[in-house]
Amino acid sequence: MVKQSQIKAWLYLLPAILFLGAFMIYPLFDVFVYSFEEGYNFASQSYFGTGSYNYAYVLRDPYFIAALKNTFIIVIITVPLSTIIALLISLGLSSIKPLKDLFQTVYFLPYVTNTLAVGLVFMILFKKTAYSDGLVNMFINFFGGQSVDFITGPYWAKMFVMCFYTIWVVLPFKILILTSALASVPKVYYSAAEVDGTSSVDMFFKITLPMISPMVFYLVITGFIGAFKAYSDEVALFGTDLNSAGMNTIVGYIYDMLYGNSGGYPSYASAAAIILFAIVLTITVINLMVSRKTSIR
Amino acid sequence: MKIVLKNLTKKFPNRNKKQGGDVIAVNNFDFEIPDGKLVGLLGPSGCGKSTTLNLISGLEKPTEGQIFFGEDDVTSLPAQNRGVGLVFQSYALYPHLTVFKNIRFPLENLKGENKLTKEEMEKRVKEAASLVQIDELLDRKPSELSGGQQQRVAIARALVKSPRVLLLDEPLSNLDARLRLQTREEIRRIQRKTSITTIFVTHDQDEAMSICDLIVVMKAGEMMQMGKPQEVYDDPVNLFVARFLGTPPINVFEGSIKDGGLYIGEDRVLEIKTDDNKSGDVYVAVRPEGFILDPDGPLKCELGRLEVMGRDVSIVSKHGSLISESGTIRSIVNADNNVDLGLSHVSFSLKPHKVYAFDKETEERIRFESNNG
Amino acid sequence: MNETNNNTELNKIGQRAKILKRIKNAFIYVCLVLWAIIVLFPFYWMLLSSIKSYGSYNSEYVPKFYAASPTLENYASAFTSVPLGRYLFNTLFFTLVTTAVMLIVITLAAFAFARLDFKGKNLVFTLFLALMMIPNELVIITNYATITSLNLRNTFTGLILPSVTSVFYIYLLKENFEGVSDDLYYASKVDGTSDLRYLLKVLIPICRPTMITIIILKVIECWNSFVWPRLITDNSKYFLVSNGIQEIRENGFGRENIPAMMAAVVVISVPLVVLFLIFHKKIMEGVASGGTKG
Repeated sequence: MVKQSQIKAWLYLLPAILFLGAFMIYPLFDVFVYSFEEGYNFASQSYFGTGSYNYAYVLRDPYFIAALKNTFIIVIITVPLSTIIALLISLGLSSIKPLKDLFQTVYFLPYVTNTLAVGLVFMILFKKTAYSDGLVNMFINFFGGQSVDFITGPYWAKMFVMCFYTIWVVLPFKILILTSALASVPKVYYSAAEVDGTSSVDMFFKITLPMISPMVFYLVITGFIGAFKAYSDEVALFGTDLNSAGMNTIVGYIYDMLYGNSGGYPSYASAAAIILFAIVLTITVINLMVSRKTSIR
Repeated sequence: MKIVLKNLTKKFPNRNKKQGGDVIAVNNFDFEIPDGKLVGLLGPSGCGKSTTLNLISGLEKPTEGQIFFGEDDVTSLPAQNRGVGLVFQSYALYPHLTVFKNIRFPLENLKGENKLTKEEMEKRVKEAASLVQIDELLDRKPSELSGGQQQRVAIARALVKSPRVLLLDEPLSNLDARLRLQTREEIRRIQRKTSITTIFVTHDQDEAMSICDLIVVMKAGEMMQMGKPQEVYDDPVNLFVARFLGTPPINVFEGSIKDGGLYIGEDRVLEIKTDDNKSGDVYVAVRPEGFILDPDGPLKCELGRLEVMGRDVSIVSKHGSLISESGTIRSIVNADNNVDLGLSHVSFSLKPHKVYAFDKETEERIRFESNNG
Repeated sequence: MNETNNNTELNKIGQRAKILKRIKNAFIYVCLVLWAIIVLFPFYWMLLSSIKSYGSYNSEYVPKFYAASPTLENYASAFTSVPLGRYLFNTLFFTLVTTAVMLIVITLAAFAFARLDFKGKNLVFTLFLALMMIPNELVIITNYATITSLNLRNTFTGLILPSVTSVFYIYLLKENFEGVSDDLYYASKVDGTSDLRYLLKVLIPICRPTMITIIILKVIECWNSFVWPRLITDNSKYFLVSNGIQEIRENGFGRENIPAMMAAVVVISVPLVVLFLIFHKKIMEGVASGGTKG
């Protein structure tokens, strides 16, 4: 009787365990094995030694250094900026009544769209071609500036578009989370503060921010994790050959090593993936420590 | 269908791991419920009455002992094969189904030779619905019904498959007072009409006393007494049962037996004879209706106040030996009696058959014959 | 005298507060409208460009905000000169099968965790939760090797297999299942149902809102997936829309036919936008609750 119900429970779990085992748990161990097998070859499935050579190679690879730099710039610019903008927009949203739902729905639209498809539109808006300088340059010219090629031009211009697009893509989620966090702050606190004559700036820093700070920290943490994994937005703007565009990211480097024109090096890819994981883990732990310290205070 | 419980025991592992050991929810139950009766399982919360119900329904497996439905040993039969109808305290109606589909649900699960056609199912559902008088609610969802209506749907769902046994777990506790009275009559009526052996769990002695053929009083996993409601009320086997039944509750005093007399404090209230000429300290319990206003009565109490209840008057008074929680004696006398509130004291004589003595150690009943006539 | 003075004074303060509030509100609305424009503009631009003819688009050195002579020829060429229909069909097929298989897998697992008793349940569940922290990038390398060595590149099986489980959705569904009163389970036992029947007839219908949310979120995820399909397919017969867009951008339409490209982008975006317009409340609720629980 008892045994039968045990078996039944495991049967219900079996599909999930099989799939997770094959495509999550086994790969998790395997990637470490790969990363220490030097010169692993997909075709012959052979390698000529074990050791940390793969890590050394990756860390010295100029493409990886460039990808690392790009990724860090994207993270450092987009995470704080998108959180602040999202906070401002959410505050605006929660202080109005008419049209609030409409705005909220519109703001969420980018979340459901195919980022590769919309990225193409951004590329066209920013790109300078033989036929046209593009819409954005038209505006720049209108205000008296010089046309810039944002897609194949100078590094800072490309980085600007990159960050702009990234923020455009990540904002919907953050606005949604922050708006619902703001809505869950009990109204009594505001009424009480109003009666006490608290200014609205004070109200924000003394009531609103502390109340929603767990959600803000949550967004910062997930924002960091997400930004470190930036890849498809870059492809959308600059095409699949990110190395030659000088806009590669760590994840892009991993895929390039695995597959594509420069691919076929799963050992290097594994080493890079583990380095990425280590970075993300470190940043997340730091984030968690900071958030805990702040909330205790 | 008679139900027989043999040495039924249920132990749960202790949730508090530090204490270890098992919690015994039902201890060595042994009784027989006759066919076609309405039986009330009565006791304070946590006494194991719901566990007993779950054991009978098959939702829990006993640690030891056996359960028989008629001659069949159903101990190892899972709930879905026992053919019992169970009405939950929360009613447990399926929120996504209409009343009709809720009642039909058990019929859809019948297999093999018992399988019903759609028409048969509909007929059975309509019969059950009209039995509990909810014919016009069949298309509604449970959320659109009042508590009393949900209750009826739950009963109809339990009855529709013609169960061998109908089990009701605190069926009235979620209803308001007026509906409770109405519904318990309803349960009585339905049970009479279907003559299905019915077990009814409640912590409210009033409910059990008013509608049950038999009551079973439980305490801490043990059966205390079983019998017809009036018999158990008039002849409790121990102090617990005496205290548990009756409203207002029985009045309990420190007392003693000496020289062929029963004492409350220093007042010699009854002349008695025990089997073995017992003497010593006892608990004396007196039903509220056991008091007679008598200026020469032996029990002298400090008069508190009167509560007029129409036909009767409730006299609230005090006595130094009283150990009831309320601290006051409640005695009910006919409203024809005039009580002078100006007096500071009131005296009672007692009706012998409403007075019980209990052993101080075991709290078991000490039987006596009264010489007071 | 004094009192009236006081009153006018108070009135003035009231008036000023009112005006300040109006200005503040106007400012907020301007900002919100501005951001709404930034959000919506790319969509407008893709629609606009898609109905400009190739000739007129390229002759506009300064892009116009309207189409002088709108045309649908770009849509025709989006379907004829590149296999856009094929990409759409592939994505639809991939999305439906992945979502359906995933639903079965996660429902069974969530039910086991929520309702059944077995040895090591807590341990297994904790391990499942721990898997939520594993980034996709870490396991995708081996999965690529696995699928390649199974000869499943350029097959739907290879595309679908790794994405039919989601620990997060198992968790979400388990929580939901546990929210359903125990009494309903016992009631259905007494009513004579098996566990599986209880799951199908009672639990799933009651938890339908959560199931729908999960379905919608998974459909969005599938429709937009890019990285895995890119690794696992190099034959355009198996491309999904994201890969199709990349292909179109790099090799499609011969010359840089941007209006045709935009037509393809519109076609690809429409299904999800329509889904969003119908279910925007559900989607936003789902993402918000998923967000707080993730």
